[in-house]
Amino acid sequence: MPNLTYINKLSNGDENFKKRLIDVIKFEFPTEKNIYQENIKLKNYQIAAENVHKIKHKISILSFKKGYKLASKHENNLKENNNNFEQEFEEVLKTITSFLSLI
Amino acid sequence: MNCIIIDDETTARVILNRICSEVDDLKVVAEFENAVEAIKYLYKHKVDLVLLDIHLPDFTGFEFIKTLKDPPKIILISSDKNFAIEAYEYDCIVDYLVKPILIPRFIKAVQKVKSILNKSDKEISQITEVVNDHENELYINIDRRLIKIDIRTIYFIEAKGDYIHLKTETSNYIVHSSLKKIEEKLPNNLFFKVHRSYIINVKKIVGIEDNTVLINKEIIPIGRSSRAELMNRLNLL
Repeated sequence: MPNLTYINKLSNGDENFKKRLIDVIKFEFPTEKNIYQENIKLKNYQIAAENVHKIKHKISILSFKKGYKLASKHENNLKENNNNFEQEFEEVLKTITSFLSLI
Repeated sequence: MNCIIIDDETTARVILNRICSEVDDLKVVAEFENAVEAIKYLYKHKVDLVLLDIHLPDFTGFEFIKTLKDPPKIILISSDKNFAIEAYEYDCIVDYLVKPILIPRFIKAVQKVKSILNKSDKEISQITEVVNDHENELYINIDRRLIKIDIRTIYFIEAKGDYIHLKTETSNYIVHSSLKKIEEKLPNNLFFKVHRSYIINVKKIVGIEDNTVLINKEIIPIGRSSRAELMNRLNLL
């Protein structure tokens, strides 16, 4: 599950920085998710792979290891126009959305 | 040491700024979300280090590096390990970090950059220093060995990234230095910078045709702004 391990380590007790970083993630993530979903809908898999690549960074910042592994597989598949992991990745996005709404 | 950050993701730039603030003697002087703006900046400003994301919207990080004539030291940053091998093809790339970046790993990379920059400064000063009073002698440092060159035997010097190629009557040398440094050590009456990448020995000119000069068997380009001055120096009939 997503957690704040990396963010806490990076913040090292600096609550202002921690809040700023979380706010930026909360701001960027929904846009990135929407762009990805739009490209999936249009079957623009190559561009969707790039979108997943960007989202992958946020997944790693949120220390969501399982989500990161799946995102990597999904990104590689999309590069080959294969959307096999689409549904599973959608679950990852939902989990992150829900996590971000709680922090 | 100053640095710039190039990453299209705000989150990544915020994190990099934070990590840079943890490193002594490292100052972020600018940050960019695309390569084009960074290129414009680097055209006007000298920086020691670029923290560069490989995945950029307009260029890849590698394409960005190729646009730079004299690239600063670069730490590549990516969420993808797959580019590490390609990174080794670029001399200016000092390290390759995979996101999310950990502070100890970042500090290690910056220390690597610092040690390379310190070493380069030392080498440049050694390389181009004329170590004695003999006006026709230049000593260059190759693999920690000082080699004496008779300046009069130099055909031309070509700039290649962080190195210069010295072509002489007897040998060719690749030296870690800049054209500007060696230009300061060469006599003006004998040597002339015909192009931003070439200094020639005017005594070795075989012929001139349009915007090129033939030296030994090699054709050297003449820069537009240098042609008139070169012609002035020749004994024209």
